[in-house]
Amino acid sequence: MNEAFRQGVRLGIPFSLAGFLISLSFGALAVQSGFTPLQAIVMSAVVHAGSAQFAGLSIVAAGGGALPGILAGGLMNARFLAMGIALAPSLPAGPLVRGLQGQAIVDPSWALANRGDGTFDRWQLMGSTVPQYVGWLSGTIVGALAGEALGDTDRFGLDAIFPTFFLGLLIAEMRDPRSRPVAAAGAAIALALVPFTPPGVPILVAAVAALVGLRR
Amino acid sequence: MTIWILIGGMAVLTIAIKAAGPVLLGGRELPPWATGVVALMPPVLLAALVVTSVFSEGQRLGVDASAVGVAAGGLLLWRGRPLVLAVVVAAVVTALLRAVA
Repeated sequence: MNEAFRQGVRLGIPFSLAGFLISLSFGALAVQSGFTPLQAIVMSAVVHAGSAQFAGLSIVAAGGGALPGILAGGLMNARFLAMGIALAPSLPAGPLVRGLQGQAIVDPSWALANRGDGTFDRWQLMGSTVPQYVGWLSGTIVGALAGEALGDTDRFGLDAIFPTFFLGLLIAEMRDPRSRPVAAAGAAIALALVPFTPPGVPILVAAVAALVGLRR
Repeated sequence: MTIWILIGGMAVLTIAIKAAGPVLLGGRELPPWATGVVALMPPVLLAALVVTSVFSEGQRLGVDASAVGVAAGGLLLWRGRPLVLAVVVAAVVTALLRAVA
């Protein structure tokens, strides 16, 4: 273990605590929607992507079928495509290792590992994903097992945690004043597209706002 | 069975999405014109993720109690308070608003 990896682990811990609460509400909602506790837990273990899991769950729970659920989840995760492209030049190993290292991409790790000059610290990225994975899985287990007893988790305001979590990352980025106009543009593009596209697409399309970086 | 297919399909798709960029584009220098774009992607993607998760439900736009909770959490974050405190305050404010509504 090197220093960057350990630093990543430390930076990931607050996000893993917040992730625990989000995945707790996912586990509870999943069993209330007809998942077995095992299904909820396996999904968090092999997908580990909050917004995609909620999207896929809500479609299947509404009787929409597996394929639409998979596509909705894939669209929510489409932003990881953009993040992977941004990360790629910072991964020096062979293609198989790079593909495995890419699995460490989750929003907080990716944002924290970015050095602000277009490069990423891959060890820090992987380090900060470790506690978040543990938090995500353990929250799901507690939520899935306690699910029926918890009732409607919206009562506890747990749905406010996910956006606040990302707001924390965004505010750290906004300390650089050059980020502010493009962040505002990305937000405006995403909101404008919400009524017209499936969920997830607005976030991916908002990435075009970063093209103003071509001028520098 | 539908649920297991959903889980398997989403797992495979997510792995492929995360692997695509690193496998196809990794291990080489980024051209100079691209570094400026990549450097701006974190604020753009995070801003889009925050506003869509606060102000939309599926394809509908709207404001509910959680927007107030998130704003309260955001104020604490802006003042440099810890993330865990901010998310707890966001949840509590949202829960209180729903309790009185």
